[in-house]
Amino acid sequence: MEVYDGEFITELEAIAKRIRRHCIKMIYEAGSGHPGGSLSAADILAALYFHILRHDPKRPDWPDRDRFVMSKGHAAPALYAVLAEAGYFPLDELSSLRKLGSRLQGHPCMQKTPGVEMSTGSLGHGLAAGNGMALAAKLDRKLYRIYVLCGDGEMDVGETWEAAMLAAHYKLDNVTVYVDRNKLQLDGPTENIMSLEPLSDKWKAFGWHVIEINGHNMREIIHATNEARGVKGKPTVIIAHTIKGKGVSYMEGALHFHGKAPSKQEYEIAMKELGGDKP
Amino acid sequence: MKWKEESQRKQYGRALVELGKERSDIVVLDADLSSSTRTADFAAAFPERFFNCGIAEQNMMDTAAGLAASGKTVFVSTFAVFGTGRCYDQIRQSIAYPNLNVKIVVSHAGITVGGDGASHQIVEDIALMRVLPNMTVIVPADAVETYKVVKHVAKMKGPVYVRIGRSDVPTISDQASEFELAKAPVVRDGKDVTLIGCGIMVSKCLEAADELTKHGIDARVVNLHTIKPIDEKTIVKAARETGGVVTAEEHSVMMGMGSAVAMVLVENFHVPMKRVGIPDVFGESGACDELMSKYGLTVDNIVEAAHDVLKRKK
Ligand SMILES: Cc1ncc(C[n+]2csc(CCOP(=O)(O)OP(=O)(O)O)c2C)c(N)n1
Repeated sequence: MEVYDGEFITELEAIAKRIRRHCIKMIYEAGSGHPGGSLSAADILAALYFHILRHDPKRPDWPDRDRFVMSKGHAAPALYAVLAEAGYFPLDELSSLRKLGSRLQGHPCMQKTPGVEMSTGSLGHGLAAGNGMALAAKLDRKLYRIYVLCGDGEMDVGETWEAAMLAAHYKLDNVTVYVDRNKLQLDGPTENIMSLEPLSDKWKAFGWHVIEINGHNMREIIHATNEARGVKGKPTVIIAHTIKGKGVSYMEGALHFHGKAPSKQEYEIAMKELGGDKP
Repeated sequence: MKWKEESQRKQYGRALVELGKERSDIVVLDADLSSSTRTADFAAAFPERFFNCGIAEQNMMDTAAGLAASGKTVFVSTFAVFGTGRCYDQIRQSIAYPNLNVKIVVSHAGITVGGDGASHQIVEDIALMRVLPNMTVIVPADAVETYKVVKHVAKMKGPVYVRIGRSDVPTISDQASEFELAKAPVVRDGKDVTLIGCGIMVSKCLEAADELTKHGIDARVVNLHTIKPIDEKTIVKAARETGGVVTAEEHSVMMGMGSAVAMVLVENFHVPMKRVGIPDVFGESGACDELMSKYGLTVDNIVEAAHDVLKRKK
């Protein structure tokens, strides 16, 4: 196991916090959007873009880059925030989210936004698209890896399992999926709407290497991803146990903040909790 | 019938294999129908560049999108019914919207599927595909044209829908002429009325034109192989010069090729018009000829429509 010094981890945590602040601000300014699932994914995104991915924000089309597919496209604010933090486009642009003429559409659009690898928003497509990229990498004998972030609600989608089968069948060990297991979907808790458990057994039965982690712990995110990189002949899924709305007290585990912007007062509280009103 | 009948699918398979030899970026996907669509020919020649996705069409479309986003030119095949409605969202979200280089070449379109019945006879796929921004829609008239179309679309950027049939169809096009996108060939000149066909109905239009000469009527026949982008110039010119238009397609008359032509005429040049096609109903099992008769896709139906248009011309 690699050991990461505390300073490095603290730095990643600070980035995650900035992503959360951006998300709240963007969604507040846009007047709509999905804070809950954006906040639950912030730590994974920070780890990906500031440690895991081999990428170059100055060359979004670098052929050998690792690919990240945001399958749960409604978490677009978190993706845009990390892309801006990484330098794909100016941080100023974040406030254009959802505005007419903006490059930052309500859901990710690969034609418009530098760094977005796949247009998403309709749930359940991302893993299959990532598999396509992974097949291309194998065909081209390229070493780039594909990372896909799915919601746990997305596990309801039949295509997720079609894609899970395909990835195992073609031994796509260059694919790593994170399941943002925040236990909530739109209408309620996943286990009430469409029960997923035993989720880990399901993935195992589909031929995947399965790791379960705390999705808000940087060290665990990084260690699990490193482990995935070492697994040969099969894809890896990292079931990341998270809290929807993580980081803002009144949003944590709060179903109604799945897809609702904070009010002015709520905005101010959230920014204070996240360590300042300036991202 | 004066033409040789040939399989469009066979020519699709042949074109794919040639493309595979010519270009290493060609990748082919199928959903457990490769022996029917003839992508099996490519699979045999280039097993490493063929991926059978199993009976999982939605998965296949998104996988194609990912391959295309990574620089591949992807041909995706299955039956038309499964390659459109079944995975419409995947085509819309992941292929058309991001304008990716995926060529959806589907076989077994329309009622000439025959015995399988309505569950497999898609009569609304042109409608579904032509409303998608970025999507090009092509319906080759015969096997020779299918070959040319496949070779052509491989050079195009962006999504393309190519619709072919199950049955062997009369070969009316020649080997020599080049396929030009969105340029509808006038396959028979005439001045009294224009018959615009696509797919298998082009040969029926030619037969109808022969029949009409017996009545002293000189019909022009246009092969509207590209439904989108549509060749407004040729359509308007034909309307202007002949004063009446009949369209004929193996597709629902709702929002298919005939509707596309009607829209061009309404906005540009008004002439009497009649659409020959499948009425607003599902098909059923039967022999191809029986079905073509029952659902109004015969030479006689076209001749009758031409007379109707001519009557209204005055
Ligand atoms: C195919 C599809 N159906 C419905 C929706 C509407 N929708 C948006 S988010 C969501 C819930 C997603 O839940 P989950 O995947 O768990 O995401 P998270 O909780 O992490 O936000 C739904 C149903 C959609 N975007 N796509």
